[in-house]
Amino acid sequence: MSSHEVTMDEELKKNLFLTTVDTVYNWGRKCSMWPMSFGLACCAFEMIGVAASRYDCSRFGMEIYRASPRQADLMIVSGTVTQKMAPQVKRIYAQMAEPKYVLAMGTCAISGGIFTSYAVLQGVDEIIPVDVYVPGCPPRPEALIQGFQRLHEMVMKQSIRTAPWYQKSPTSSI
Amino acid sequence: MTNEAILAKIREAYPTAVVDVPEEMTDFTIILAADQLFAVAKFLHDELGMDYLTDVTAVDYPDHFEVVYHLYSVERNQGLLTLKVLIADKTNAAVASVTPIWPGANFMECEVYDLMGIDFPGHPDLRRIMLWDGFPGHPLRKDFENRTFTFKELEPTRPKPPNW
Repeated sequence: MSSHEVTMDEELKKNLFLTTVDTVYNWGRKCSMWPMSFGLACCAFEMIGVAASRYDCSRFGMEIYRASPRQADLMIVSGTVTQKMAPQVKRIYAQMAEPKYVLAMGTCAISGGIFTSYAVLQGVDEIIPVDVYVPGCPPRPEALIQGFQRLHEMVMKQSIRTAPWYQKSPTSSI
Repeated sequence: MTNEAILAKIREAYPTAVVDVPEEMTDFTIILAADQLFAVAKFLHDELGMDYLTDVTAVDYPDHFEVVYHLYSVERNQGLLTLKVLIADKTNAAVASVTPIWPGANFMECEVYDLMGIDFPGHPDLRRIMLWDGFPGHPLRKDFENRTFTFKELEPTRPKPPNW
């Protein structure tokens, strides 16, 4: 058979589509990103609002908030990170399996918010790398959903060839 | 029993304890001598039935500390009686703990120790309750510099879990 043409039945044409591995891989990850329940303060209530029926995050596949960091993909840091809590945030981030993402929700997680105090960490990106920042005090549920959309765009742009968790060289520790 | 009657009974039992009864306070306040606080507090609890201590707190003035106690009586349905103790020595501030009399004072005295640095001898387990043991300084003192800390700066002061 020297011909390189692919001949298919009509039936088969309707059920088969060709794409890249990257697209399918990223599509699968984006549509089932499981957040970890990490509500620290008032922003947690807006996060709960996103999980509730009106601003449904289940349509993105994100309604399953895993309690264990081992099973979660996304850590939504919602609320004020105090100096006392900061090592525990770092510890829980370290327990998440790659690929993992962090969304800093609210101004307290981004930069300490209105609390310029001895007891408040001025931004969670002092201790863990953040992918998406959602400002607001608290951000409206729609703003958080826009944050999810940005995260999904970011995920769709990643490629298996360059993904840090598949490289042979060791990844940087936190 | 009114607050004035309580004051009269305290004066009768401990004549040297009451230092001052300031007129300008909106709530009835009795300022006691620091070394007689425990005796007067026990008297108030046992004899006069002030069985509910709602608050222990402290104030930082330029030359002295004040430790403030808010007392109620549940059995007599009597309202607020405020006791104050002035501590002149700010570097080694200490006043007897009232936890043996009112067990609810346990956490409140821990908070005062944590944020103001006032020691309470006689307390069963005096340690920091909101911050951790190695935290530099006592934040609610007026001479504590009002600043933020970075994570790296406070990292050496934190207690380490054994297998971190």
